Parts: sequence; C-alpha cells; structure tokens
Amino acid sequence: MMETLLLSRIQFAANISFHILFPTITIALGWVLLFFKIRYNMTRDDRWMEAYRFWVKIFALSFAMGVVSGITMSFQFGTNWPGFMETVGNIAGPLLAYEIMTAFFLEAVFLGIMLFGFSRVPNWLHTTATFLVAFGTLMSAFWIIVLNSWMHTPQGYEMRDGVAHATDWFAIIFNPSMPYRFTHMVVASFLTVSFLIAGVSAFRWLIGGRTAGVRVALKTAVFGAALLMPVQIFIGDMHGLNTKEYQPAKVAAMEGHWETGGNVPLILFALPDQEARENRFEVAIPNLASFILTHTWDGEVQGLNDFVADDGTALHPRVAPVFWSFRVMIGTGVAMLLLSWAASFMMLRRKRGVEGLPKPMLYALVAMSFSGWLATLAGWYTTEIGRQPWLVTGVMTTQQAVADVPAPMVLGTLIAYLVVYALLLGAYVYVIFYLARKMAQGKDIGTNVAPSTAAAPKAVPAE
Amino acid sequence: MNTFGDPALWLPFVFAGLMGLSILIYVVLDGFDLGVGVLFPFADDDEKDRMIASIGPFWDANETWLVLAVGLLLVAFPTAHGAILTALYLPVAIMLIGLILRGVAFEFRAKAPAPHKHLWNNAFFAGSLMTSLSQGFMLGMYIMGLEWNWANAGFATLTAVFLTVGYSFIGATWVIHKTDEHLQRKAVDWAKGGIWGLVLGIGLISMATPLVSARIFDKWFSWPEALLLSPLPIISGLLVVWLWWMLRRMPYMNDRWSYLPFAAATSLWVMAFGGMAYSFYPYVVPDQLTIYEAASAPESLFIILIGTLFVLPAILGYTILAYTVFRGKATDLRYD
Repeated sequence: MMETLLLSRIQFAANISFHILFPTITIALGWVLLFFKIRYNMTRDDRWMEAYRFWVKIFALSFAMGVVSGITMSFQFGTNWPGFMETVGNIAGPLLAYEIMTAFFLEAVFLGIMLFGFSRVPNWLHTTATFLVAFGTLMSAFWIIVLNSWMHTPQGYEMRDGVAHATDWFAIIFNPSMPYRFTHMVVASFLTVSFLIAGVSAFRWLIGGRTAGVRVALKTAVFGAALLMPVQIFIGDMHGLNTKEYQPAKVAAMEGHWETGGNVPLILFALPDQEARENRFEVAIPNLASFILTHTWDGEVQGLNDFVADDGTALHPRVAPVFWSFRVMIGTGVAMLLLSWAASFMMLRRKRGVEGLPKPMLYALVAMSFSGWLATLAGWYTTEIGRQPWLVTGVMTTQQAVADVPAPMVLGTLIAYLVVYALLLGAYVYVIFYLARKMAQGKDIGTNVAPSTAAAPKAVPAE
Repeated sequence: MNTFGDPALWLPFVFAGLMGLSILIYVVLDGFDLGVGVLFPFADDDEKDRMIASIGPFWDANETWLVLAVGLLLVAFPTAHGAILTALYLPVAIMLIGLILRGVAFEFRAKAPAPHKHLWNNAFFAGSLMTSLSQGFMLGMYIMGLEWNWANAGFATLTAVFLTVGYSFIGATWVIHKTDEHLQRKAVDWAKGGIWGLVLGIGLISMATPLVSARIFDKWFSWPEALLLSPLPIISGLLVVWLWWMLRRMPYMNDRWSYLPFAAATSLWVMAFGGMAYSFYPYVVPDQLTIYEAASAPESLFIILIGTLFVLPAILGYTILAYTVFRGKATDLRYD
C-alpha cells in the first residue's frame, strides 16, 4: 500500500507538473493575443497582426497540450484517488463542474473561430472569440485555484459521517488563501509568457528575422516583465504571510526553521536533515526572516518542532524538497527581475529600442525563455509538498484518498506517461523554435494543413 | 417536502439524465472525429489534410463532452466514479494516452518540419485507434458488470473492435458530408465497409445485456414493458436498411442529401444509447449501485443544477454557432 501511495503520488505529480506548463502559457497568452488584436484594430498596423499570427500558433499548440493533459487528471481523480471525491466530493464537485461548464466549453468552442475563423467571420466576432478564449482560460484558472486553495485552507463546510458537506459557498469560494494564490498564479502566467515571447523574439532577431512584428513583441514582453516582477514579489510576500497564518508548518519548512523563537535568521543555504532535525552547512542572514515574515526585526516565528505528534510522527511536510523548491523559485525570480530591468534600461536609454540590446543580452533572453516554467513549477512544489501529509488540510491525509490499485500497475502507467510526456515536451520546445526559425527565414507558416504547398511568403515590411 | 417533491429523488435522476446526454453527445461528436482518425491509413496525404480540415475546428469542443460526462460522474456520483474508474484502470490509462497522442498530433502534424509529418500522422492514427478500442473495451466491461475474467475480457475485446468500426462508420459519414469528388466516393465505400461493425456491435450488446442480468431480462421480455422497448429495435432496423439503400446510390446529383448518412448514423447511435440507458436504469454501477445510492448531497447537486440551467443553453448556442461558421465542405484550414 505504501508503494502504491508513493507511485500514485509521483504519477499525479508528473501529470500535474506536465499539465500546468501549458495553462501557465495559455492563461496569459490569450490576453496578450487580445492585446495584439486590439492594437491592430485601433491602428490597422500590420505588425500587430504579424505578432498575433505567429503567437496564435504557439497558443494553439499549448492549448492542445493543456487540454489533453488536463483530461488525464480528471480521470486520475477516479483511477488513483477515489477517496478524495468520496470525502470532499460535495465541495470539490460543484467547483469542478463550474470549471467545465463556464470555462472549458467557452474556450474549446471559440478556439476554433479564433484559430481558423479570421477570414470567415466579421472582424468584431474574431476579436470577441479571442476575448472569450482568454476569458475562458482565466475562469478555468479561477475555479481550479478556488478548489486548490480550499484544499489548503478549507472553510465553509461541516463533516457529517466522515463526509464534508457545504454550509457556506461564499466562504468556500473566497477561502483565505484563494485571492493570493489566484493572483500569484495569474501574474506568474503573465511573467512566463513575457519571458517566452521575449526569448523567442530575441532568437528570431538574432538569426536575422528583424521584422516590425518581432520588434513589438519583444518590446511588449520585456517591458511587461519589468513592470510585473515587482508586483509579483509583492503578491508573493502577501501570499507567504497568509501561509504563515494558516499553514505555519509549511512556512517553517520553506524557511528551514526547526525551533520556535524570535530574531530568526534568513537561511540562504542549508542541507536540512529530517532525521537529526537540524540543518547542516547553514548560511544565514541574522534576523532577516523575522523581518520578512513578521515585518519586525525580532518577531517570533514557529518552528517545525511544534508540528510533531506525541508519538513522534511528523505533522509537517518533508523539509528538504519544500526548502529547496522555494529557493529555486526565489532564485529564478531574482534572475528574471534583474534581466527584465537590465533589458528595459538598455531599450529605454536614448530611446534605442531593440537595437539597444547587445548580443549577450539577447542570448540571455533566449536562455531564459522557459524561466517562467521553472519558477512556476518550483512554486507549486513548494506549496503542494508543503501541504503534506494533508490532502485537505486538517480534513484528510493523502494516504486516505489513494486507490488500492496494485503497485506494478501504477508503475506501468507511470512509465508510459513519463515516456509520452518527455517526448511531447521535447517536440513542443523543438517546434516553437522551428517555427521561429522558419518565420525568420521569411517562410509562410500561415496554413494549418499543408505548409509545403502554401502560397509564397509575403514581403517583409521595410523598417 | 417542497414544491418539486423530494430533491433526494429527482436530483439524481436529473443528473443521470444530464450525464447520459453528455455521453451521447460525446459518442456522436467525438465518435466521428475518432472515426476519421481510425480511417487515416486508407487515405493518401492530400486526403489526410482534408480529413483533418473537416474536424479541425471541432475536435477540441467534442472532447470537452467527455470531460463533462466524466465530470458529472465525478461530481454527482462520486462513489460510482471511484468504483468504475478503479475497475477500468488499465483501459482508462490507454485511452488517456491515446487522447493525448491524437490531440497533440493535430497541432504537431501541421507545424513540425515536413519530414516529420508522417510520424505525427501515425501518432494521430495510433491515438485514435487506442482511444476507440479502449472505449469499446470499457463499454464491454461495463455491460459485464465490471468483473475481470477471461470471458468478460473476451466479450469486451469484441465490443472494442465493433465500437471502433462503428466510430469509423460515423466518421466516414462525416467525411461524405464534408468533402466532395474522389474522397467523398472513397468515404461512401468506407461507410459501406463499416456499417457491419455497428450492426454486429449493437446486435451483440443487445443479446448479451439481458443474458448477463436477470433484472434486465425481465425488463425487456415482460409484458407490457416489452411494448415500451419495441420501437427501438424496429426503428434501428429500418435505419440500417435505409442507410444501406442510400449508401449504394451516393453521391447524389449536385451533392444533395450528403448530410443524410451522418444524420441516420446519429439516429442509430441515439437508439442504441437509449436502449442501454433504459436497461441499466436505475443502476450506475451495473447491479451494484443505483444513482440514488451513489448521488452527492442534494444541496451540492442543486448548486450545480442552477449553473447548468444557465450555462447549458449557452454551450449549445455557441456550439451551433461554431458548426455554422465552419459549415459546408472542408477547405484548407488557414490561420487567417
């Protein structure tokens, strides 16, 4: 049973990690596309449509990846985690149902018009379709994060015969961690997309595709990232304070603090040792954690040793993965902040625009194309592993939900999923840069069906 | 209890109805685009492009009906959801991998370098085949009461084959409607070649269902309930004869009536599905768990129902809009 639990957890983690990569792109890219489309409607300037046409293809690809990996998860609730719905189905059910009804159909139906309808429907309807797809992805994010947040900070329910019943839907939807988690994720999505657009545009620029469309996309992305990074740091701080209030064990694991006390140092590096219940090779800045978490220099912060049952079982998550995921997220975020500010500064200096970016800066942007993925995944690992051993905090543990499927069967499907996901991820990244290269060479990628027989490429607009 | 009677009685019934409707819409809509995928090896490269173009704007929304169906099972009948899906662990996993492969192949085959295109075509075919076969297998296992033994697995293998051929049949009727000339004539031949799958499939399931369950046997063959059921086999038989008669003469002059085979095939699905729903009601896990025993708390169902009443008409409305925008013969899908 232990093995089935561990394998099922790894399988679900693999699925949800693979899945979240693509919504992270589509949630924000939909709105970015709407921005391009509206700019085009206002100016009738072709460079906005050029940017739209390229990025709508990346959107279509990402959307398809997100849909199929999302279907997988809706089935895995039943195949691997039947206890979850049996216990909290009365709350999770309506939230999932609303996600399907208000988001999935909206996105899926209008996606067809958005992708293939430009010449078939009036322009206003095409713009509306773009809006509805963007709105649908945001709604989808909203409902699923409501459910996820409720699992972290449940309220508005009562237990009858071991089953949760809803008593207050407003309290369930606006549970304490939801506003922070939702805004943190949406801004993370915009940052991920900004760095993807900046990176791919820099790549096109470097290999000679210096069109007006690349120029506007690169500028929009870099300035957007530079503006959003401080916002994200602010939201992240608020989210952390919220977690400290409702899930103190998670914060203790993130910070690597074992003992409760004041004047807590901020640990930069350590190897947490769960058995000895101490850190090795600790490097720390005195008092800084107290300041960050309590906004006073000597504030008291709860330590992990407060979360141990009388019989010695830990009621807190495993420390090392939470501790390290958190540091990966912060480190990536800092790198994103520095890069976006440096690039913005270079573009604004003497109003040189994209020409103001030296080659090493362009290479750095290419290298950071998927930095948003890294930070988002690390952030989710922090919060999700940080919730353990609970599946729904205080209501049920992860172990209580797992299905009694033979371990070898779970292992078999896990391997199959991993192989498929690895291949698809490789193909996805490869195709994005392949399309970018093709665009840079001035080839038409307009057709979805037979690229080889497509019409001759349009002339590149002169600078 | 209140104006509408006891909600613990009518809510599960309403949700079973909604779930049944979603499954029915799913097997018709995704049935035709899965079928198009299953027919891929019989088409040459240009025909493959046109076949993809005929389903490109729709497939994603079609698959969403599966998400809604399994979602309703999940939210309205959580214990049944767990029981059914854990019993069908392997076929579900195979179906999911199939759905992943075919869903992404749509995009990759158009965007990947030309030399890789045939690889993604193969992935599209393989994914469609895996999905169809595993769905047919699950159907068979469900009818057999979700018991794993050799006889049931054998029966499920047969239903897997027949459902796959059935999907390819409805896929062929879609291609008849959405294309013309050579490909359309080819699709008429495919439809003629595939209709047996549907007939044998429906026939086999109709014979097996009452034999597996004495309860269903009584429901079918006791008087006067048999009278209620009798229109189903009669209309189905007439539909099959009509389809066969029509397909032998297609395509008609000026491409008239090209939608009729698809419409007739859809009616046939509705008949078959109606028969199944009639037989299994009130059970959601055959002969083990009724919809009333498996249902979620009424207040949760009620919250979902209110949303459904507003959202479902909107979904139907914009689905019709999408099918109207992309009506007529399939042309090259362009992003502009």
